[in-house]
Amino acid sequence: MQKFTTLTGVAAPLEIINVDTDMIIPKQYLKTIKRTGLGTGLFSEMRYNEDGSDNPDFVLNKPGYKAATILVAGDNFGCGSSREHAPWALVDYGIRCVISTSFADIFYNNCFNNGLLPAIVSREDLDKLFDDANRGANATLTIDLEAQEIRGPDGGVVKFEIDPQRKHKLLNGLDDIGETVHARGPAIDAYEQRIAGNRPWL
Amino acid sequence: MAPRTLYDKIWNDHVVDTREDGASLLYIDRHLVHEVTSPQAFEGLRVSGRKVRAPQKTLAVVDHNVPTSDRSKPNPDPESATQIETLAQNARDFGVEYYSEHDVRQGVVHIIGPEQGFTLPGTTIVCGDSHTSTHGAFGALAHGIGTSEVEHVLATQTLIQKKARNMLVQVDGSLPAGVTAKDIILAIIGEIGTAGGTGHVMEYAGQAIRELSMEGRMTVCNMSIEGGARAGLIAPDEKTYEYLRGRPKAPQGAAFDEAVRFWDTLRTDEGAHFDSVIRLDAANLPPIVSWGTSPEDVISVAGVVPDPDQITDEAKRISKHRALEYMGLKAGTKITDIGIDRVFIGSCTNGRIEDLRAVARMVEGRKVHASVNAMVVPGSGLVKQQAEQEGIDKILIAAGFDWREPGCSMCLAMNPDRLAPHERCASTSNRNFEGRQGFKGRTHLVSPAMAAAAAIEGHFVDIRNWG
Repeated sequence: MQKFTTLTGVAAPLEIINVDTDMIIPKQYLKTIKRTGLGTGLFSEMRYNEDGSDNPDFVLNKPGYKAATILVAGDNFGCGSSREHAPWALVDYGIRCVISTSFADIFYNNCFNNGLLPAIVSREDLDKLFDDANRGANATLTIDLEAQEIRGPDGGVVKFEIDPQRKHKLLNGLDDIGETVHARGPAIDAYEQRIAGNRPWL
Repeated sequence: MAPRTLYDKIWNDHVVDTREDGASLLYIDRHLVHEVTSPQAFEGLRVSGRKVRAPQKTLAVVDHNVPTSDRSKPNPDPESATQIETLAQNARDFGVEYYSEHDVRQGVVHIIGPEQGFTLPGTTIVCGDSHTSTHGAFGALAHGIGTSEVEHVLATQTLIQKKARNMLVQVDGSLPAGVTAKDIILAIIGEIGTAGGTGHVMEYAGQAIRELSMEGRMTVCNMSIEGGARAGLIAPDEKTYEYLRGRPKAPQGAAFDEAVRFWDTLRTDEGAHFDSVIRLDAANLPPIVSWGTSPEDVISVAGVVPDPDQITDEAKRISKHRALEYMGLKAGTKITDIGIDRVFIGSCTNGRIEDLRAVARMVEGRKVHASVNAMVVPGSGLVKQQAEQEGIDKILIAAGFDWREPGCSMCLAMNPDRLAPHERCASTSNRNFEGRQGFKGRTHLVSPAMAAAAAIEGHFVDIRNWG
């Protein structure tokens, strides 16, 4: 998995609360059997018109935001389905960090398996970051995961929350499956033997 | 030992190991797999040369993508056909039991788990689908996971988890006539909001929950995720055991009795701590209709479309204005004045036999309104078969409903069943998000009985005084 250490880039403001996974990547893109290539479907219903042309009002179609690598969004980002296609689409488009006051649980979890940083900030700081993001390409943000800081264009610093194990995983690009298979195999074997006795009907 | 919640007990029973970083490795007893969120996981196993650790604890079925039209004809969508064939191939390659679209046991993954007795009390159940919370109705800790986690479970039969907080949702009293499990859960989501349960596991308790059938309990737990909670739980009781007795994958004979002795211990202890508590009186609940684009946007059928200008929080006010614009509704409109074009009966929320019976009772001897296209998609092949044995299909077809093959269908509209732009649908499904049932489609979430009455009248009606 790709590591996440620091990131400097344009931040696109998406001033909508409860952005759900159907908005992030609508169902017609879920028929793929691959993890890649989903960037074209990102926010498709807001991003494209009915005839398939770009909707000029959508933030990622505005000059200066096409190359955004950071998204600043309203409360409860990623609610709805468990589709990992949502973080896959964001990453495939080039977004490596989403900043909000809160995230839905499953989406939040999925981010960490894809090198995508969901940064949680206070409401007050989010408003500040919306202001920065609204200045477009002239106002890049720098995300420093180690320091848990977002540095704005005018020297302002916003702290964000993340729990230590998830931070460690992103910083090092760790693969959970390899760790579990190699380090936990004996514990899993022992557990299976125990339940075979305790709950034989399973 | 300190008093424990049902969640605490199931959690403790499944901790395999505690990692250095403080997270737990949780054992997974049952893994349900479907075609949309699994191909990349199986591919990951292949690339790293891994096997499925416990194929006998894994069950695969196609549901999201399958057409609900005549299955003897080829799938009209090549991408969908590829995804379905990929699951069939993966199941063969990795030795996992698989129900194809031609198998009578095929159906929506959260309907077939309980139906087969694969879902059992006290187990941990995961699936790459957020409505896995449905299985919590059996006192199982069940929740949705992403595809990377699907791969982790396939490879190791475990999941890395941090314990959630406990929330109690106490629903006292008895439901009035015309008010159902669907109305209970919609009311709860309306109360706590779509992020109200984030970070929590919800346990539903109280007289109204105990009085629900297993089907009704599944409807309630199913939509826990719409309130932000990954999992919902209901303690098992005699109804649970009766539902499971004799199911193909449930324990049989003496093993069943032994299991029941254990299942009887799966109750929240007196005095156990909940981090938050919500109370609701079922006796005061009306039939509920959603008016917006979030499951928290709900109102009594006797009410009117709310006015967003009354909301003080700016971000929320803007979002509710956006919802009304999307839905093509004006604040102050009576809910019963909202006309509909489509009706969808089905989904993991309301696609079970009891739901189809409720619809049949409402529409027997009546006709679907001339301006409405109404479809019924049974939750599984076995639900369809049972409905046909009971003559429900004949009642519905005579009333003008389209009687279809089982699958997820227009709940998420991945297959050809979908709304045209601006079409308005009374739906028994679980999400009214923008575009959910089709690009620019408009969804109103309701109970099966409410959807049935709306199909007949062409607009919403208060079923408490209808008929």
